[in-house]
Amino acid sequence: MTGTSPAVVSASKLGLTFQTSDGPVQALSNVDLTIGKGEFVSFIGPSGCGKTTLLRVIADLEKPTSGTISVNGMTPEQARQCRAYGYVFQAAALYPWRTIERNVALPLEIMGLSKAEQAARIKRTLDLVNLGGFEQKYPWQLSGGMQQRASIARALAFDADLLLMDEPFGALDEIVRDHLNQQLLELWERTNKTICFVTHSIPEAVYLSTRIIVMSPRPGRVSDVIESTLPKQRPLDIRETPEFLAIAARVRDGLRAGHSYED
Amino acid sequence: MSDLLSLSSITPRSWQGYAALALLAGAILLWPLVDAAPGYGVAIAALIFLLLLLAIEADNFTPAIGVVLLFLGAHGAAWLLLAGITGNEGTARASFYLLLAAAWLLAWRCVTVLSALRPTSRWAATALRLIIPTIFGAWILIIWEAVTRGAGIPFILLPPPSAIGVRIANSLPVLAADVRQTIFKAVIFGYVVGSGAGFLAAIAADRVPFLRRGLLPIGNMVSALPIIGVAPIMVMWFGFDWQSKAAVVIIMTFFPMLVNTVAGLAASGHMERDLMRTYASSYWQTLFKLRLPAAAPFIFNALKINSTLALIGAIVAEFFGTPVVGMGFRISTEVGRMNIDMVWAEIAVAALAGSVFYGVVALFERAVTFWHPSVRGG
Repeated sequence: MTGTSPAVVSASKLGLTFQTSDGPVQALSNVDLTIGKGEFVSFIGPSGCGKTTLLRVIADLEKPTSGTISVNGMTPEQARQCRAYGYVFQAAALYPWRTIERNVALPLEIMGLSKAEQAARIKRTLDLVNLGGFEQKYPWQLSGGMQQRASIARALAFDADLLLMDEPFGALDEIVRDHLNQQLLELWERTNKTICFVTHSIPEAVYLSTRIIVMSPRPGRVSDVIESTLPKQRPLDIRETPEFLAIAARVRDGLRAGHSYED
Repeated sequence: MSDLLSLSSITPRSWQGYAALALLAGAILLWPLVDAAPGYGVAIAALIFLLLLLAIEADNFTPAIGVVLLFLGAHGAAWLLLAGITGNEGTARASFYLLLAAAWLLAWRCVTVLSALRPTSRWAATALRLIIPTIFGAWILIIWEAVTRGAGIPFILLPPPSAIGVRIANSLPVLAADVRQTIFKAVIFGYVVGSGAGFLAAIAADRVPFLRRGLLPIGNMVSALPIIGVAPIMVMWFGFDWQSKAAVVIIMTFFPMLVNTVAGLAASGHMERDLMRTYASSYWQTLFKLRLPAAAPFIFNALKINSTLALIGAIVAEFFGTPVVGMGFRISTEVGRMNIDMVWAEIAVAALAGSVFYGVVALFERAVTFWHPSVRGG
């Protein structure tokens, strides 16, 4: 898959060491990674395995201390300056003084789009996440799931080809999470974006991804890469098929191998 | 007395009612109300007792009627007590104060009942929000009036509120001129310039790191300057008129705004700031779209603190040289002339103006920070 399409993200020998008061902490070590266009890649691992840090390095929110990384063939900083990606955080991080509509307009205002263009994009992206009719509501008037959908709309509004999602559904209950997973898959299929998705849920990772990258801590590194053999059309009950369970078992084995509980 | 007979059939429902009943009995034992010759007429005294008994009995009615009876009984009795002291000033006996205490307890009960009401209509809720503090404030004045006149406290020490009210009514042109001079010139100008300068200095300190290290300690030092040391110097620099008072107000209001804005600019969350970074947002875009809105609650805190500081600063500064008008000038000269009622009149006007000033700022705050959990309630 990666051979046929140009790489959106490519990293080699990537490492990041944080200098803390307790001495250096190696958050990432020797990460090699290539993500092709249109892929849905999940990063899974226990807390402290560096999956969020890796996503933040791609987004130029952290600087690597060794190795090289390119995003869309540029350095991450250039890619950020070109607004090459949309980033969805663990919490919705909507601004409470703006309505849903104005929140989605935020990146468009910063990028200096015309009022008419802004209105058209707001309508399109809010419809995409099924939030039509809630334009004039304030974030605190919406449920957690709706808030997170609004934040996804905000990341989609300026039409970046790359979507970086950092445990976006981690704080939501399982029913809402299933629903949003389904919607995210539909959205991915319709827009043909490249998605990097950080999660600590095995079913979520297997259900969503074309490729699952299993990471392990101390130091944060890639311990396994699993290509999904599931078809692109995935109804929710695909999660009961033997094929799904086999992939889930492999992810679980990968997590167990990278994380020794004996020590 | 016929009242004595009815005492046995009265049944209070609250501790205030029982206490009021005991006070009434005490008042009869320690009869009469005043030492002076004319005293209270028998009819007036009987009416006071009747009103208080009615209020004690009020809890046996439905809350709506009961609260009206409580209100009328307690305040009618207080009114008759105050009206009767005229001509008997300084001769009140324990009995007078016991009746006053009984009326006060029943007014307390009235406010308790009012606070427990849960009105359904919007304007009734608003009216209730106004009535409760009004009764509370009225009783401060009633007790003040009754004690100063009943005990015959010298006018110089503490004039009764009625005398202050008369003085305000008779001196409106003078008071208006003082308010114009002190508030509409010195306070407003100093407040706007001082708060504005503090705000701009905070932004400058945020933008330029060396200013942050240099400006904050100096601002801190300026705020620690004693106002009575600075005021005469400002008078020498800027003359006797309002400009020197505005300068004092600027010095007093600058620092609270500076510190609060600096704290407010640091108040936005990491995630929100990372979000702006992913949009490659410029410093000024991040400032106007994220950090200033997030800082608004802090900035309004400073504006509220400054609204009272500005008033204090301008009034105190007028003690050190001023044209023959202004609230501080009036207070300092009328104290010297023993016109204490005029001093109190200025104090009352200053308190009113300060409350209105604060209230207006608080209303603006509610409108601007409607999104903040403390305003939207949850």
